[in-house]
Amino acid sequence: MKLHEAEARELLRRAGLPVPDGEVATTPAAARATAERLFAGGATQVVIKAQVLVGGRGKAGGVKLARSVEEAEKIAAQILALTIKDLPVRRVLVAPAAEILREIYLSALIDRSSRGILLMASAAGGMEIEEVAAKDPTAIIREIAHPHAGLLPFQARRLGLRIGARGDLLKQFVAIATGLVRVARESDADLVEVNPLAVVPEPELPGGERLVCLDAKVTIDDSALDRHPELEAWRDEDSEDPIDREAREMGIAYIRLDGSIGCMVNGAGLAMTTLDLVTRAGGTPANFLDIGGGARADKVAAAMRIILADKGVKAILVNIFGGITRGDEVARGLIEARGQQERTVPMVVRIVGTNAKEAAELLTAGGFATATSLDEAAEKAVALAAGGAA
Amino acid sequence: MSILVGPQTRLVVQGLTGREGGFHAAQMAAYGTKIVAGVTPGRGGERALDESVPMFDTVIDAVRETGANTSCIFVPAAGAGDAIAEAAEAGIKVIFCITEGIPVHDMVGALAIVRAHGAHLIGPNCPGATSPGANGSGTKVGIIPASIHLPGDVGVVSRSGTLTYEAVQSMTDAGIGQSTCLGIGGDPIIGTTFREALELFAADSATRAIVLIGEIGGSAEEEAAAWAAENLKHLPRVAFIAGRAAPEGRRMGHAGAIVSGASGRAVDKIAALEAAGFKVAGSPTELPRLLIEAGYKKS
Repeated sequence: MKLHEAEARELLRRAGLPVPDGEVATTPAAARATAERLFAGGATQVVIKAQVLVGGRGKAGGVKLARSVEEAEKIAAQILALTIKDLPVRRVLVAPAAEILREIYLSALIDRSSRGILLMASAAGGMEIEEVAAKDPTAIIREIAHPHAGLLPFQARRLGLRIGARGDLLKQFVAIATGLVRVARESDADLVEVNPLAVVPEPELPGGERLVCLDAKVTIDDSALDRHPELEAWRDEDSEDPIDREAREMGIAYIRLDGSIGCMVNGAGLAMTTLDLVTRAGGTPANFLDIGGGARADKVAAAMRIILADKGVKAILVNIFGGITRGDEVARGLIEARGQQERTVPMVVRIVGTNAKEAAELLTAGGFATATSLDEAAEKAVALAAGGAA
Repeated sequence: MSILVGPQTRLVVQGLTGREGGFHAAQMAAYGTKIVAGVTPGRGGERALDESVPMFDTVIDAVRETGANTSCIFVPAAGAGDAIAEAAEAGIKVIFCITEGIPVHDMVGALAIVRAHGAHLIGPNCPGATSPGANGSGTKVGIIPASIHLPGDVGVVSRSGTLTYEAVQSMTDAGIGQSTCLGIGGDPIIGTTFREALELFAADSATRAIVLIGEIGGSAEEEAAAWAAENLKHLPRVAFIAGRAAPEGRRMGHAGAIVSGASGRAVDKIAALEAAGFKVAGSPTELPRLLIEAGYKKS
C-alpha cells in the first residue's frame, strides 16, 4: 500500500526525522489558513502539493509555489480542481518552501538480490534514482543493513562520507539513514525514500547547514498491514476503484486491463500465462484475475461479478488447474453466478486436475462451452470475443 | 537420485494439526513420504494422521526424538517466519515453507538465521517439491498434486504453483518423467533462487535435462541464465516465462511479479535464457517438444 506524501512525512516525523512544517488541506480556505500560519512563522514562500498516488504530479501542474496568502488560496483552488492521471485531487499539502543548497537522494528498500534491506544514497538528489542509475551508476552508493540490528552507525557513516557529508552534516546524515531503516523495519515498509533530502542553510548549527526530508515516498508491505491498523487507517479508499476494493476484500487478485476477454484463473503464474496465450491467439485480455488456492463457489461468483462489471468484456475464459482448488466447486460457482448476473457474455471453461470429471459433468449439464488444453481454451475465447462460436 | 527430497527425507510437518497441514500431510504420506513427526505448540504427546505420527511442542524435540531432517511449514503467515527460524535453529537442513503472505521483513530476519545454520530454505509461498516414484515409492513435500508426476530424469524448477502443474502435466502426458519438480515460490525474498536450484540439479547424476519456469519481476532468471551458460552446457535445457502480456508497474498476483521500469521484463529474461542455450517455449504445452528438440532423449 502506497502512502500519500503527507502520511509518509508524518511517519518520518514520528520517528524523529527532520521533516519541515506543513499541513494537509481539503479546501482553498483551509490552505489559506495554513499559509497564513506559515508566513507568520517566517516563511517567505509556501509550496502547495497535490496529494495523489501517481508520479509526475509536478509536470501535471500539481506542485506550485505561492508568495502570499491570497496566492496560496488561489493556487490551492486550482490544484484541488485538477485530475491527475485519472485521479481527482482531493487534498493538498501546504508547506514552507525551503531554500535548497544541495539535494541528496536516500532510500531504504527490500532488495531481492541481496535478500535484505538495501540503502541507496546519491549526491545527485532531486531526480529519479532510475535516471541517476542510467546516467552514472557509480553515483549511487549502496549498503546492506544488518538483518537483525538494522543499519549500523558505521555503515551509515560509510554511506555519508562517500556522498561527501562531513562534520555536523555527517552526524545528521547518520541519524537520518539509520532512522529510515528503523521506520522500514517498524512499519513493515518495503520502500522508504527521501528525495530530495535537502541541505538548507541553518546559521545555528556548527557547519551552517541542515538536512531536511523535503519529499517522502513510503510503501507498506501489504502482507504486514494486519499488524499495523494505524497504517491501514491511512488507506485512501477514495482513490481505490470500488471494483478493486471488492476484489481486495474477497481475497481476489484483480488487475483491470483494457481488452475484451475476461479471465478467471487460479494461481498467479497460470493467470499471467493465460493472458499471454490470449494475446498470442490474437485477443486482448480484459483483466488479470487470480481466485487463489482453494476457492469455493461464493468466491467464484464474486470473481464473475468483478469481471462482468467491466463493460468492455465480450467473452470470458475460465482456466482452472485443480490442486487445492476443487474443479467441481468452481463449476458450481459458475452455475450459481450465471443465475445471478445481469448480463451474459459467451464463456469458455477449462477445468483440469482435482475433481475435473465431476466438474465436466456439471458444466455439460449446464450447457457451458468447454476446452481441454490451455491453448485451445485461449483460441476459443478469442473466437467468442470476435463474435464467433466456441 | 533427486534433489532436496528423496528416500533420505525424514519429514517433520510444522502446523500438522491445521486444516491445510493435515490434508496435505495425508497426501504426502500416501505418495510415500516418510513423515516422522508433527509440531504444533501445545499438542506435544498427541498422535496425528490416524495415530501414525507423534506430535511435539517444538521442532528441536521432534529432531531429537525422531531424527527428522526436513521440514514442511504450513503455519499461518504471522508465525511462519518464526517457524522457519525455529526449524533452522533445531538443525533441520532442508526447510520448505508453503505459507503465503509472510511479511517480507520477517523473511529478511528468518533467512539470515537459515543461512547462519547452513540450511536450505525453499519458499516461502511455494508449492514444495516432488521426487516422483511409482506406487508409493516417491517423495513429495508440499502441495503439488501427486497425479501429475511421472518418475524420470528431467529436473523442473519454477516460481509458480498451478503453472508448474500445467507444465509437468504436459510432460507426463508426453511420457517425459521428472527427477525432481521444485517450486521455489513467488515472493520477492525467497530462500532458494533459480541459480541455486540449477546448481543442485547440476550435481545430481539422475537429472539429464532442465525445465525452468520463470515469470516477470526481479532478475533471478537472468542470474540463473548467466550461470547456466557456463555450467550447464552438458544438459538439454528449456524454459517458459510467464507475463509477456503484463503491464508495467502492476503486481501480477505474486508479490514478486512486477515489472519496474525496464527491469523484470519478460522479453529480457527470454533473451538472457536464449543466449544461455535455453529453448524458450511460447506456451507451457510446447515444453515436451522443445525438450526433444534440445537433444533430450527419453530413457
